[in-house]
Amino acid sequence: MKEYSVINTRVPRVDGRAKATGKARYADDLSMPDMLYGALLQSPVAHARIRKIDTSKAKKLPGVKDVVTAQEAGAVKFGVSPARYDETIFCIDKARYVGDEIAAVAAVDLETALEAAALIEVEYEELPVVLDPFEAIKEGAPVIHEDFPNNIGAEVHQEFGDVEEALKTCDLVRTDKFVNKKQDGAFLEPQACLAFYDPGRGLTLYSSTQAPHYVQRTLAMVLGLPIGKVRVAQPCVGGGFGPKASASTLELTTSLMAIRTGRPVKMAFTREQVFWHSRARHQFFHELTTGVKKDGTLVALKNTCYLDGGAYSSFGIATVYYAGSLLGAPYRLPNMKYDGYRIYTNKPANGAQRGHGGVAARAAWEQQLDIIAADLGMDPIEFRLKNIMQRGDITCNDFNMSSLGMKECLEAVRSGSGWDKKKGKLPRGKGIGVACGFFVSGAGFPIYRSETFHSTAVIKLSEDGGTVNLYTPAAEIGQGSDTVLTQIAAEALGVRYGDVKVSSGDTDFGVDLGAYSSRQTLMSGHAVKQAAEEARRQVLEVLSEQLNIPVEEMDIKDGLVLFKKEGVDFSALRTRYIKEHRGWTDPPSGKHFTFVEAARLAYLARGTIVGTGAYKPGELGGKYKGAAVGTSPAYGCSAQVVEVTVDMETGQVTVDKMTDAHDCGFAINRTNVEGQMQGSLSMGLGEALFEEVKFDGGGRVANPTLGEYRIPTCLDMPNVETIIIESNEPNGPFGAKEVGEGAIMPTIPAILNAVYDATGVRINELPVTSERVFDRLKEEKERRKEV
Amino acid sequence: MKKLITLIVNKRAFEVAVEPNRTLAQVLREDLGFLGTKVGCGIGDCGACTVVVDGRPVNSCLVLAVQVNGSEITTIEGVSEGAELHPVQEAFVEYGAIQCGFCTSGMILSAKTLLDRNSNPSEPEIRAALSGNLCRCTGYQKIVEAVHAAAGMMKK
Repeated sequence: MKEYSVINTRVPRVDGRAKATGKARYADDLSMPDMLYGALLQSPVAHARIRKIDTSKAKKLPGVKDVVTAQEAGAVKFGVSPARYDETIFCIDKARYVGDEIAAVAAVDLETALEAAALIEVEYEELPVVLDPFEAIKEGAPVIHEDFPNNIGAEVHQEFGDVEEALKTCDLVRTDKFVNKKQDGAFLEPQACLAFYDPGRGLTLYSSTQAPHYVQRTLAMVLGLPIGKVRVAQPCVGGGFGPKASASTLELTTSLMAIRTGRPVKMAFTREQVFWHSRARHQFFHELTTGVKKDGTLVALKNTCYLDGGAYSSFGIATVYYAGSLLGAPYRLPNMKYDGYRIYTNKPANGAQRGHGGVAARAAWEQQLDIIAADLGMDPIEFRLKNIMQRGDITCNDFNMSSLGMKECLEAVRSGSGWDKKKGKLPRGKGIGVACGFFVSGAGFPIYRSETFHSTAVIKLSEDGGTVNLYTPAAEIGQGSDTVLTQIAAEALGVRYGDVKVSSGDTDFGVDLGAYSSRQTLMSGHAVKQAAEEARRQVLEVLSEQLNIPVEEMDIKDGLVLFKKEGVDFSALRTRYIKEHRGWTDPPSGKHFTFVEAARLAYLARGTIVGTGAYKPGELGGKYKGAAVGTSPAYGCSAQVVEVTVDMETGQVTVDKMTDAHDCGFAINRTNVEGQMQGSLSMGLGEALFEEVKFDGGGRVANPTLGEYRIPTCLDMPNVETIIIESNEPNGPFGAKEVGEGAIMPTIPAILNAVYDATGVRINELPVTSERVFDRLKEEKERRKEV
Repeated sequence: MKKLITLIVNKRAFEVAVEPNRTLAQVLREDLGFLGTKVGCGIGDCGACTVVVDGRPVNSCLVLAVQVNGSEITTIEGVSEGAELHPVQEAFVEYGAIQCGFCTSGMILSAKTLLDRNSNPSEPEIRAALSGNLCRCTGYQKIVEAVHAAAGMMKK
């Protein structure tokens, strides 16, 4: 393998120091002179016709500078996918969930803004509320959106092969149901943003977003501004995991009031508002039928899924596709049928969250595969290995596994966990379980139909030669893209890590679709690599002209120019550089010509040296309807083994140990890859064991706090044996592909399979609370008595 | 009615007139500009706003500023001086204990308080000391490793 200097290392994050010293600034830390504070008025009822809104008292309150409702904000619809734009900034005729936005206020301080919002009088005519998706599709159920009288906002029907015929040829066919619960993103930073407007320069919005580009487009469309007059930039973002990947009323209203008042406006969510806004993981109701031959060959899968969508579409039209398309692989499955229905209910809208659409499906199927393996008398790892896909395999729904270290992952967790010594040999109450999974490495297509590049990048060498400026519109949300892209730039250009200064997350830098669908290392990485190579080429060309050496006979590495032939005399160039920098404290010396000298001379010859890069995926498979959701230039994959202890008296589950292997193609930053793996497992453990957004009968979130909505603490999360597998993805920059989401896929089913191994009971409903396990143990005991 | 109080923040005394209902987190962030103190929930669930008051880590969103009149307070800005990082900060950067960074200020202050009291903590002791600080990004493992490493660095 090629020797690298900066990538495949453990260099610390570029923003680590700022974050460790408290100097990093997040949206709510920003302020500007003359700034106003915004507050929202949100619906207290889940479904109501809005009869009247009276803002007169609010407007009269001293210190209030603006009050806006639908009357001021207009009726332009927006959302995530243009095919399902179903939101407006404020409710126009109806409120559809508790938290739906009715009005907003900007005032000189937050207290005044909140007081004014409370003075807005709204007359609601309450309508029947429907919270259960199965109730919502019944005849005569309350209609949430007039355009969708049966409340089915999106449905998908796909079949690859012939499932019914294939099932007839199977020796074993099994049907199981599975349900998860609505999850919350529970990122530590509640959404916040600050907007200001200049009639000449346009609108600027600093926002805690995952996708500045989509926010820019939505602001322009809804507020009627030219796209070029809208700038969206990120300060530091305190986590996202999906829910921050789309434009929101928070951002739109803040911008609207900044334009109307001519003053900067800041608005932030409270934690409770984060739960109301949601856009996090859906609740999925899966029914899976899988057929196999008696030798363990997988033959067919029939998957039906109902998704509780909440009040608006958000990412849901993609989610309902992913809940089908992310099964099949990583196993060779020739026949697959999927029917999916996303249903509107009077609850906060669900959207995308880590492992978008595929997590519950994966949990359901990997548990079912475990049952099938046991029924066939096969070891669950042997059963999976028998069906495993390998590099170059194409799924029945046309996903090309251009690299796939799935077998290597599975073998790594088998030996890493000591599986063979433990499986079937643990005492009652102790269990071990395994599961696999895969995920896209970037969506193959943008959310709106376009031939746009998915990522662009600019590298500008500073005119003195000493600094490489990387401008990337990619979104750093904590996952480490600034670091990884800095490493890619440094490696491709041939400079040291510390020579590159990254600026990111700003629509002024170009187009990047953002931090979702695990796309940036591959896609933004490609653009950055290309920009760096372009800058490098220009520097070498100038050097070639001046030294009379062909470009091919030179290289740049670790900030030094390397000549393939010995005895190159560059002393004249060095003298010229030193004269340029007379009196500077660090004249170059030593036997190597430096990149700094070369970059300065390139500037003297050609002016500012700029390299640009742009990436979009090549031709991808799939010509069927919906093929755009799931096709990707590459796929990451994972295997996990989990060991648990279950208290057989109380049903309490403790996860003791996790062994995780993930194929990320090639690890640009090994520490970051491990961090993504461990973070994914933690989120999966939370969803498996505790996390559930609960509602009262009126559709109010019953647990909108991080105390009552419990995420893992460091007492819940065990250490993970973290194994990086590198399969060298041909479509990835330096062979790299995703790690951010694929790693969550096997977590829940590995826990479920371990719980079964410990207890002999299967749990088909998340979360696996002690009460649920206790009840199942009791049922099982009684069933045995009867037998 | 506002009350005049003195807060000794990072060894410097600040006289501030505060409304009695304002929390320490609000006064630190909004009146004194210590923006490294993060507010993730405002009701003491997440620990992001942890600061050290008279040697004890507290959720500054649950403490009224008037309650700590005269107290010595350390915020993340006071953990190190100048260019040199405190070993806990250095280890957090080095070991990948930081991702989004929103929990980091509180996490570092909880870890530092632990190490000030116990120079050689076991893993369960570290985990217990950090159990009031939520992190959604890291899965905690690299944070725990960093605290171990910091303990080693502080002994040298």
